[in-house]
Amino acid sequence: MADLNYLTISRAHQLLVDKEISATMLTNFYIDKIRQYDPKLQAVLTMCESQAKAQAKKVDDKISQGLPIGLLEGIPYSAKDMFMTKGIRTTAGSKILQDYTPPYSSTAIEKLDKAGAILLAKVNQDEFAHGGSTENSAYNVTYNPWNMDYVPGGSSGGSAAAVAADFGIFSLGTDTGGSIRQPASYCGVTGLKPTYGLVSRYGVVAMASSFDCIGPITRTASDAQAVLGVIAGLDSRDSTTIESSITSELEPLTKGIKATLFDAGSSSKEVMAMVSSLRSNNSNIKFSKSIKADELFANQLALAIYYILVPSEISSNLERYDGVRYGSRSERAGNLEESYSKTRDEFFGPEVKRRNIIGAYALSAGYYDAYYKKAMQARSLIIKSLDEIFLDADILVGPTTLEPAFRLGSKSDPVAMYKTDLLTVFANLAGLPAVSIPCGIDASTGLPLGLQIIGQQGQDSKVLAVADVLQMATNWHTLVEELAL
Amino acid sequence: MVKLSISNIQNVAQLARIELDAKEAESMRLEASSILEFVEIIQNTDTSGEIPTSQVTGLTDVWREDVVRLCAITPKELLANAPELQDAYIKVKKVL
Repeated sequence: MADLNYLTISRAHQLLVDKEISATMLTNFYIDKIRQYDPKLQAVLTMCESQAKAQAKKVDDKISQGLPIGLLEGIPYSAKDMFMTKGIRTTAGSKILQDYTPPYSSTAIEKLDKAGAILLAKVNQDEFAHGGSTENSAYNVTYNPWNMDYVPGGSSGGSAAAVAADFGIFSLGTDTGGSIRQPASYCGVTGLKPTYGLVSRYGVVAMASSFDCIGPITRTASDAQAVLGVIAGLDSRDSTTIESSITSELEPLTKGIKATLFDAGSSSKEVMAMVSSLRSNNSNIKFSKSIKADELFANQLALAIYYILVPSEISSNLERYDGVRYGSRSERAGNLEESYSKTRDEFFGPEVKRRNIIGAYALSAGYYDAYYKKAMQARSLIIKSLDEIFLDADILVGPTTLEPAFRLGSKSDPVAMYKTDLLTVFANLAGLPAVSIPCGIDASTGLPLGLQIIGQQGQDSKVLAVADVLQMATNWHTLVEELAL
Repeated sequence: MVKLSISNIQNVAQLARIELDAKEAESMRLEASSILEFVEIIQNTDTSGEIPTSQVTGLTDVWREDVVRLCAITPKELLANAPELQDAYIKVKKVL
């Protein structure tokens, strides 16, 4: 029988088409794997076993009738617990939604369902996606499959760990400031944050609405394109969605690509090595310029803007958790006012409270101009400086993070945790597509490192095509760490 | 440098409808102060004349037809997640 470990979408599709395996067989393979290894890894919050098996049977029936199947049909995946899944508990990693079962599914899940993909499990994350390590989950920590002493990153840490541990072929995550790319880089997998508005946010728990993006975590750029082709597109239920001509096929690079490197000092070493391996065997991508990361990020200005605007949007979006229509409610309250404040005290974790309070502060009378408005103006400056860089570059290439994954519990200071987003937030400030792919192994920890490719809005396919060229020239993305029991 | 007082924190916590006990308020005061100190960088940036960015794709006036669509979700399903119900109504604590 064919080896089912670490399949890509195209390989699994071929095995299904050739009837070497059935969708049921594949689904059971992952369910068994999750049962065996997840008690240790702790990536999964809720299994969707019966739904997964029913979906697999539908695909198998179709195959046995001799009908053609689509690329994602019969492909098992997991989704971050931010995505509404009809009839399946959806917690956003928070106790305030511990018993919440949505009566509808998000657009992305609906589209994948329609394409025949098989949802295996809802996976762990930082509570409401507030964090960069998945340690802020109200349920449990998730470990890095490469080394159990380290975090998988976050906030889509469950998704990245699940793909790295081979609990399904891909996972859906969300990225507000790096939450797909950073965990993908920490776990040695591929993670795409698409152009803002390319994928509908309908039915996805809101964090910061002008930043939030939905995207896939996969093994390869080609797989990311396959998923993006299905989930992208206009949705009347999310008026911020944009027109898309994205398909599930990688677009070949027909013209030369001008690339600018951003140099972040010692953390750029592996990036440079990967780039030079490309230089020798692909003449389509020209690395003409290099800029210092300090210039690009204006001495952490982008990060400061992010940590004013995002908590502001959070404090507004999270007003809805009032213990009235859904969600947990405090039993200690005497009246309605107390019911709100005691519910939010009891069921929000520390980081969620912090961001609500910072946001409420930045938006409050007397501080609005100095913080919120000022940060929105500074956001315009960052966008302008990026526009200038893109005047003579098609893509920007650099490291995804300054360091590989950190040890569990080592960043208890909130600001230290925020700084892990330094190289990722600017793509969200400007709504740019960005992909992280594995580019090497850190010599001192043995942990994977990520390289980031950023393009202009709408250039998602170009960014993925460049990632594919790099993955064709190297094999970092094929490295895996087998989980020990 | 930003120095927040306990009353600043309790005031904002009240705006955010989050009850904080004295111990929580004190650790929040320290953490929020260090976060505000970190974001102070923006105060040194000249943003005069800049138009604030509130969205990045430049979409304007997104319209759709005002047509009634059938909702597949029943009222019963919608109410199923409410913490407390009385008949088909959501029950809340007394207002005063």
